[in-house]
Amino acid sequence: METQPPMQSPGTSQVWKNLQNRVRKPASKIGVTLLGFFLLLVFILPLGYMVNTAFKLDTQTTAQNAPVYPATPVTFSYQGNDLPLYYVPINGHLKRLALLHGYREDSQFIDPAKPGGGVIEWTGRWRILTPVYRFSLTWDNIKGAWEQVNFILLFRNTFFLAIVSTFGTLLSCILVAYGFSRFPIPGKNILFIILISTIVLPPQATIIPLFILFTKIHWTGTWLPLLVPAFFANAYDVFLLRQYLMSVPKELDEAAMIDGAGPFRILFSVIIPQAVPAITAVTLFHFFYVWNDYFTPLVYLVGKDNLFPISVGIGSVFGTFTRTPGLSLATATIAVVLPAIIFFLAQRQFTQGIVMTGVEK
Amino acid sequence: MIKVNRASVQGSSGKTGSQTNRLTRRQSIWGLVFLSPWLIGFFAFQLLPILATIFLSFTNYNGNVTFKLGNFKFVGFANYARITTDPNVLQALGVTLKFAAISVPLGLVVPLLFALLVNSKHLIGRNLFRTLYYLPSVLPVVAATMIFNGVLNAQSGWINQLLALIHIPGPRWFSDPNWAVPALNLIALWGVGNAMIILLAGLQNVPTEILEAATIDGASGVQRFWYITIPLISPVIFYNLTLGVINGFQYFIPAMLIGGINGNPQGATLTYNLQFYREAFVFSEMGYASVMALILFVITMICTTVMFTWGQRRVYYAGGER
Repeated sequence: METQPPMQSPGTSQVWKNLQNRVRKPASKIGVTLLGFFLLLVFILPLGYMVNTAFKLDTQTTAQNAPVYPATPVTFSYQGNDLPLYYVPINGHLKRLALLHGYREDSQFIDPAKPGGGVIEWTGRWRILTPVYRFSLTWDNIKGAWEQVNFILLFRNTFFLAIVSTFGTLLSCILVAYGFSRFPIPGKNILFIILISTIVLPPQATIIPLFILFTKIHWTGTWLPLLVPAFFANAYDVFLLRQYLMSVPKELDEAAMIDGAGPFRILFSVIIPQAVPAITAVTLFHFFYVWNDYFTPLVYLVGKDNLFPISVGIGSVFGTFTRTPGLSLATATIAVVLPAIIFFLAQRQFTQGIVMTGVEK
Repeated sequence: MIKVNRASVQGSSGKTGSQTNRLTRRQSIWGLVFLSPWLIGFFAFQLLPILATIFLSFTNYNGNVTFKLGNFKFVGFANYARITTDPNVLQALGVTLKFAAISVPLGLVVPLLFALLVNSKHLIGRNLFRTLYYLPSVLPVVAATMIFNGVLNAQSGWINQLLALIHIPGPRWFSDPNWAVPALNLIALWGVGNAMIILLAGLQNVPTEILEAATIDGASGVQRFWYITIPLISPVIFYNLTLGVINGFQYFIPAMLIGGINGNPQGATLTYNLQFYREAFVFSEMGYASVMALILFVITMICTTVMFTWGQRRVYYAGGER
């Protein structure tokens, strides 16, 4: 027995270490996850505010003692009148009573539990009492926003623009990326550097002459300035597709070439099927790009309200809705729902696409 | 090249050198055909318009009249002289620099912290966190501006209500000239998701062997982060820095919506891009606005070049490439 303690000593310290690890690991897991959760709350807070405000009446926002969540005052029907309910302090207890008559310094209440019990007299200012609310969503703001903003037209315009310009972008960018990744072209490296440097080209540097040109040929006030350039490729998407195509093994198209397939045949039957992830990413990016684009339609569609895409459309009511937060955030809610759903459905392809462009540089 | 040679060798054994050359040439022509959409687009929508912007910057052309000879005069460097004393342009430059002074450092640090967090082994449900942190980045900026206009409302906004809970009087944000730019920065900060994802990919590419070797050599977590992780992800940080500076100069939508074209309150939200839009498309002073466009172009080019040359020396590229 006497020899055991020295033997046990390393043993216990081992046990102690294991125990420490076993405690520390979940502890740091909980700690890190709590931190992540806290940050997430802060980050999602604006969205919570949006939904909360969109589904509550503006009168509640400005009302005294009203809860933060969407709610409606509880009333009690008494002799054909709807009386508001208040929390009234009587004998140290808060009682839910219906206000029958409110005067300056005193008021009369009815107990909803026993309406036959007669009028309860109460001394004090009823205006400082807390009203009884119950959780309830209002659709008034959503309906109001839907009536004042022609969302159907805006969605239709945006979808049309998105579909046509995404088609143009895919068509042109795939061709160009194919050219850059597979063909020996004199000065290819210089051309590629020029292409990459146009990513940082500010649109302001070109928009004035383009505006003058498009006005000359009567394209301003139509969708053509927004759609036609999409058919001539853009650096960002070409870069993404080209990076991806570089990683597609060349043996496949060489084999097709030996079998006598021409460049177009190789593109459609070998390259495109291999590049589906990159093509999906470009499609998603372009859809969100069109959904968000504000500057270009603002410049080219000035005064043509019936051609506005969603961004400019809701931007044009921004000022009008400033004094009505309910309508403003209902508008934001309607505009946000679709991109959010698409993002949740396709988030993996989406983030992969970002990684493809970002890390390779 | 290799591809063509090999194909020709395998295709028919008796091909001569000139036939190979012809094949190469044919391949180059095909390549140019495939590049043509971009080549045409580059000339028509980028190169020629930039040259035209330079041309316009020496004229007094006003967009209210059709563009033809006789409707504008050459004014030499008058537009350039005017811009150096234009109080609106100076104001806009000031606002933009103030915005960038906050957005660039925040845009470097915050996404990195988020990326480290969602890359941590200890975080339960990492994918869910990644998705939700990224979500605001895909929402339309116009809608985001509407949301922040409400959240940052001095009375009914949640930010000030939360600040009031801990007895801090919140600023009047968009109505206060001193706080309007930081408020715009908050909107920009909501979209850190993009940078976060790119940094996350960078973090995942850091070889674990190096980190493990350092751990065995006795390096602490902080040391591993500073001396291994940061240098290894420096290209990504650097990419984010370049984009951050460029985006700062192009900041437009929230400023335009919140402050209108005058950059209310008191020009506090008059960003450079907003002032450009106003000159070019509200006042139609297209000759003068061309100078503003060129300045933006030159600033962007200088920033990109400086950061790339600086980056060449400072940034670690795996394998020594580039």
